[in-house]
Amino acid sequence: MHFLDNLLPPITLTLSLASITTLVLLGVGVPIAWGLSRWRWVGKEVVAAVVTLPLVLPPTVLGFYLLLLLGPDGPGGALAALWGARTLAFSFVGLVIGSVIYSLPFMVQPVRNAFDAIGERPLEVAATLRAGPWDRFFTVALPLSRAGILSGTVLAFAHTVGEFGVVLMIGGNIPGKTQVLSLAIYDYVEALQWGEAHLLAGGMVVFSFVVIALTMLLERRLRQETA
Amino acid sequence: MSGLSAVFHGGRGRFDLDVSIEAPAGAVTALFGPSGAGKTSLLRAIAGLERYAGSCTLAGQVWQDERRFLPPQRRAIGYVFQEASLFPHLSVRQNLDYGRRRAGAATVIGFDAAVALLGLGPLLARRPGALSGGERQRVALGRALLSQPELLLLDEPLSGLDRAAKDEILPYFEALTQSIALPVLLVTHDIAEVERLADRLILLAAGRVVASGPLADLLTAPEFGLGTARDAAAVLHGQVAGYDAADALTSIVVDGRSLLLAGRAGRPGQGVRVRIAARDVSIATVRPSASSILNVLAATVVAILPAGDAEMVVTLQLGTQTLLARLTRRSARELGLVPGQAVFAQVKGVSVLAGPG
Repeated sequence: MHFLDNLLPPITLTLSLASITTLVLLGVGVPIAWGLSRWRWVGKEVVAAVVTLPLVLPPTVLGFYLLLLLGPDGPGGALAALWGARTLAFSFVGLVIGSVIYSLPFMVQPVRNAFDAIGERPLEVAATLRAGPWDRFFTVALPLSRAGILSGTVLAFAHTVGEFGVVLMIGGNIPGKTQVLSLAIYDYVEALQWGEAHLLAGGMVVFSFVVIALTMLLERRLRQETA
Repeated sequence: MSGLSAVFHGGRGRFDLDVSIEAPAGAVTALFGPSGAGKTSLLRAIAGLERYAGSCTLAGQVWQDERRFLPPQRRAIGYVFQEASLFPHLSVRQNLDYGRRRAGAATVIGFDAAVALLGLGPLLARRPGALSGGERQRVALGRALLSQPELLLLDEPLSGLDRAAKDEILPYFEALTQSIALPVLLVTHDIAEVERLADRLILLAAGRVVASGPLADLLTAPEFGLGTARDAAAVLHGQVAGYDAADALTSIVVDGRSLLLAGRAGRPGQGVRVRIAARDVSIATVRPSASSILNVLAATVVAILPAGDAEMVVTLQLGTQTLLARLTRRSARELGLVPGQAVFAQVKGVSVLAGPG
């Protein structure tokens, strides 16, 4: 059982980090995607570029700036002071903030594409049927974008599960606190504990395959339903 | 007045509108003109989907003026788009319910009545993806009606359909326009739809109103080009007088003159709208004594206009209504036709367009 005691914490930490990050991203990313799809403001492509930045930046660069932001001298430190902590870096909350930013483009891009694909017509139809803007968003735009939202959710979740560089920079590698799966695998390999590394790495392969396969099946069904 | 009155001017994007129109309740007003005339822009402006400067009032409620602009969801409109635009994620029943649930009391039509009127019963459980083009457009029409509109806007509802689907759906539109008392605006570029469905006509060109008035007047008024078109026709209002079973002929009285047409068309006493193509009318200066043509009507020449190089169109007064005749230039010259002259119009073909019109 000692074996599992060491393997389990990084797994549960990673799954809870990815779940919470994905939930936050649904709340943050879907409205951003909607804005990017519908605003007529010229500056929106600047916003789009900023949102996409984590896709191209090296995770260490992103992690470095996040560390400054979350640290005791940044806004993150001021925020942490509210509940008596000194810093958001090296904490679970810090990891969630970092992961949300890191995985943002993976949520926003597919959802924005889905919103773009709806076009104006279904929303105009809804307006002529007495639906106001919020009503239209929830009863027409969201259901018609289900497939894209599902893609974004899965991509954001999977991307967060596989995080390495950003977590290392802002979370350190504290076992049980900020040591996620990929960091644990790295440590096991460093320590030549191949058995544990095999278990975690193999588990990741199986998990990822199952998630992707299920998503593709579900997405196909959703697309057929709204075709 | 209980109808619609709208004035728009100014540009928006690619298009300039400068129009002032009225559409009375209980009548179908067709917006007719070539593509690019501004028909759809005008309809969208009335719906509040696009914003032009101007005003828009329906039965005393101001939807738009200098200070106010109500968004579409606050205007009591029913809008049928060119493509049916049903919500693909909802069943037919849920599509019908979408507007109905958001509207107030069933002031225009109830669910069961709409389903019966448009023959939607067998479709209710189906998905829009499983419907034909004509079926989709019927559902879209039902959905618009069930949002209990005070104004019905139809944006080329038939133009995306093939001939068979049009023939299938036209009777539903006729039944609809005859059974509801709303003002209806119908955008179309198909004169056959105008002849069949409209009571009034607004001619649009380049964002401006060229003419507006009762359908029969505008179809035959020479100055707007409809009368001299290749497929020009007059629409006349008459009443079924009787049916001769022996010869299978229906007689229809138009302004005191009797017209015979093959087959049975309506019950005696019923009002009908008949179409007579200009090509099917010829003119004689004396009443022909021996001819296969049954319908010979006394008429007066009103005007003679050139139509193309070889032909002329003659407008004929038939009591209070107007008939068109298309002849060659040579015939017109040899007959010596002049305005005011009494002639006989020989009508070779008559078709009934619709019931009471």
